[in-house]
Amino acid sequence: MIIAVASGKGGTGKTSVSVSLAKALADSNKKISLLDCDVEEPNAHLLLECREISRSEFNVKIPSLDLSRCTGCGKCAEICEFNCIAIVKKRAVIFPDLCHSCGGCSLVCPEKCIKETDSKTGEILEYNAGIIHLVQGILDIGKAMAPPLIREVKKLAREEIALIDCPPGTSCPMVTAVGGADYVILVTEPTPFGLHDMTLAVETLRKMKMNFYVIINRADSGDDRVEKYCTSENIEVIMRIKESIDAARAYSKGIPLYDALPEFKQYFILNSNKIISRAGEFK
Amino acid sequence: MKIAISINSLDMDDKMDMRFGRAKKFMIYDTETKTNELIDNTQNLNAAQGAGIQSAQNVINTGADAVITGHTGPKAYKLLSESGVKIYHSEEKPVKDVIADFIAGTLKEADSADVEGHWV
Repeated sequence: MIIAVASGKGGTGKTSVSVSLAKALADSNKKISLLDCDVEEPNAHLLLECREISRSEFNVKIPSLDLSRCTGCGKCAEICEFNCIAIVKKRAVIFPDLCHSCGGCSLVCPEKCIKETDSKTGEILEYNAGIIHLVQGILDIGKAMAPPLIREVKKLAREEIALIDCPPGTSCPMVTAVGGADYVILVTEPTPFGLHDMTLAVETLRKMKMNFYVIINRADSGDDRVEKYCTSENIEVIMRIKESIDAARAYSKGIPLYDALPEFKQYFILNSNKIISRAGEFK
Repeated sequence: MKIAISINSLDMDDKMDMRFGRAKKFMIYDTETKTNELIDNTQNLNAAQGAGIQSAQNVINTGADAVITGHTGPKAYKLLSESGVKIYHSEEKPVKDVIADFIAGTLKEADSADVEGHWV
């Protein structure tokens, strides 16, 4: 069972919600892999007491060119969908930062002077946090291609339930992170920004033909436009998390919502069962 | 000497296009013969990424010795400078004034890219 926790807007509480749901499920003896796919700034580990169990480099393939044999024929530049290769003065010039690792250039090169070589773009760490298995991808600073790393993190899910903490936004990293999930939980906040960006996420998920529910964080703050939108679009709000200054204070010390207040713990335990049973409905 | 200028139209009184990668057109102006030629660059307008690289390739392949534009990013700058094309950044002005500035030698040659790359 795979459940992705996403949002349009950043900072709405994806990580708080995923960690709290993971802890609630773990306390009901459910085995969870929590996959931190927000690889540009993974932070689930900050809210959990965890012990590192493995760390490995993550590489992608990028082209390397043997200039002595390049005739400047341009076949590589022609096939590159991502404009990474220019042909100037009868030779190819490669800009690997833009490469999506498709391998097309090395396949079409008639001189066989383009080889695919490993290039490190990040790291993957695994932790044990009690019975929660946490996998974390970290993209190296300055690297732009998050999706290959996100796909690799998702492959490491080993428990029956996988919870994916997705990157914000609606571009390739978010699409890669939610892809293949049984359903998506969109965490939003009741503000104009929260609504605007959630609307984009809803449009993205509908285009992907994915099922989703909404959790409104700090639900009693802001205004009622998110509620009205969800009603008019027939989207079920499955949880409403109260605004709490105590929870904010705890969070600033690395304590997740689940452990911040007893009433939050109860609320998450109650709803975690509902969230698991919902996944079954889409099977 | 041939100079490539990012433009909106061939009208000398029209303002230049400040963008390099996403410029619609380039004017290739020959300072000796005082003639110009139009290079279409529209294939780049909708490119998801790498527009600067493709524009630079376009310009280099015209045999231009210099480029005048508003801004260049790091990849376009690298490709142009390594191919021996000089880069000049100008204020937004009518094309005829840009050419006059170049001939008068008041445009300063850029020694680095002046804007960041854009990511998808």
